[in-house]
Amino acid sequence: MGWFHRRGWRDLIIGLPYLWLVIFFLIPFAIVIAMSVATKTPTAPPFSFGGAHPWVNLETYHRLVSEPLYLRAFLISLMNAAGTTLFCLLLGYPMALALTRVSRSSRNILLMLVILPFWTSFLLRVYAWMGLMGKSSWFNAGLTEAWNWLVPQSWAVAALPMMHSNFAVVLVMVYTYLPFMILPLYASLERLDPTLDEAALDLGSRPWQVFVDVTLPQSLPGIIAGGLLVFIPAAGELVIPSLVGDASTPMIGRVISDQFSQARDWPMASAVAVALLALMVGPTMLYSHYQARAEGTK
Amino acid sequence: MRRRPTFLLSVLAFGFAFFYVPILSMVVYSFNASRLATVWGGFSTKWYGALFANKQVGEALLLSLKIAVVSSTIATILGTLAGIALVRFTKFRGRTLFSGLVTAPLIMPEVITGVSALIFFLLLASWIGWPVQRGFTTITLAHITFSMVFVTTIVQARLLQSDRAIEEAAMDLGSRPWQVLWDITLPVISPAILSGWLLAFTISLDDVVITSFTTGPGSTTLPLLIWSKVKLGVTPDINALATLMVLCVGIGVIIAGVVMNRAEARRLADERLAYRSQA
Repeated sequence: MGWFHRRGWRDLIIGLPYLWLVIFFLIPFAIVIAMSVATKTPTAPPFSFGGAHPWVNLETYHRLVSEPLYLRAFLISLMNAAGTTLFCLLLGYPMALALTRVSRSSRNILLMLVILPFWTSFLLRVYAWMGLMGKSSWFNAGLTEAWNWLVPQSWAVAALPMMHSNFAVVLVMVYTYLPFMILPLYASLERLDPTLDEAALDLGSRPWQVFVDVTLPQSLPGIIAGGLLVFIPAAGELVIPSLVGDASTPMIGRVISDQFSQARDWPMASAVAVALLALMVGPTMLYSHYQARAEGTK
Repeated sequence: MRRRPTFLLSVLAFGFAFFYVPILSMVVYSFNASRLATVWGGFSTKWYGALFANKQVGEALLLSLKIAVVSSTIATILGTLAGIALVRFTKFRGRTLFSGLVTAPLIMPEVITGVSALIFFLLLASWIGWPVQRGFTTITLAHITFSMVFVTTIVQARLLQSDRAIEEAAMDLGSRPWQVLWDITLPVISPAILSGWLLAFTISLDDVVITSFTTGPGSTTLPLLIWSKVKLGVTPDINALATLMVLCVGIGVIIAGVVMNRAEARRLADERLAYRSQA
């Protein structure tokens, strides 16, 4: 037994961070859960418990499932997050695999180049795409020309309407979250034994069969880890949809923020937040299940 | 002999173009004379002049740095303690809750963390009269809370790899608990503490959502300033700001890379020396 098992030390080491997280994380979170069953009032602060609904008022949850605004926002968020995850996987998987095939010295530099955008400001990365997607930019002009060349004349456009669309939201989310997909994929692919590939090739498998039968199944933990690291923040994203998205197709993060700041409906904002978290629980459990299994096999 | 993976390498090249073309475009257009941020009108450095003349930017940067230094330092202390607690104490009352509390902020959508922090501060203000106004203190408290768990994750991983027998040997040889902590545990996990601090610092410096919920009148951090400008559309001085930031990050990463490479080389040399002197 180490030194830390002396009583005073132990209490301090556990107690300080514990107390902090209880006060500044657990209590605020418990308040949100309680708030979701409160009643909105025109007072300050704008809620109360009691009145026609003593203690528990389930009206917010009733509105959540009956008003199309909320269901639609959830659907759009889930679809955008799923699309983002899929495109990150399609682009990130070959990138991660390619990183395992280059020489060791260039690999370190390339890995750093994957992480580098992550260290530059998140807002400025979104902003960079706002510049590219705008109707007068060189990027949009180039894509417009390609589009007009490819499609029949009647479909030709002066400039592609990229900004303020769900397309823009997914594109920028893929851009932002791609490193979260590449890094766990690389970590799981790097550990694979290259002699297994060679054995499969020697035994007569074609290269794509080797990929499907040998590489892909072994990299499943990396796919799941990367997928969740992308899916979870994408589903709750607030900044990207409000900068490049379409106001008529709001994502759930926007709904929470608007309910809270503009409608001043704290109970409703809290109920939407609780529902969003409930949706996150499933994927998270899946993630920790696979993490535990991956650690178990080590 | 393996074939050259042409397909994989071309996707890799496309991926890096995807990563860096937007950033390069921003850098190029920061030297654009035209007021229209996306139409080229000749070379000029006037937006850098405009940026340096703008007092708001300097004030916002200063506030952001202050919040980032204070919050990442406290977050590193608390996060390191939590990491030590979770790895070294396998049994204590409420450990399950504690490990849950350390994981939850990692997966909590920022907008929920932000809203719950704001509700918490607003209710505290109406119950006990504090905080009277939101600003530096409330932003810092919120940043500490959600960045400390990242420090914990890093420290935890490092501690799990480290050899516990050294600590026990020191105890057996008569070291006092605080000496073991100071002379052995902390030096062993110091790279993790440093990268934890750096991560907490960047997270704080870059945060928009949680800051926007916990800020008050007069407390505009740099991301909040950029956010309010960018919402109105693309403006050329933001390109200049972005270029300077990319430059700083680039230099920082190169320096960090060199320092880490040297430290790694020294550690390897030390280890070799140690083995040789044993033999």
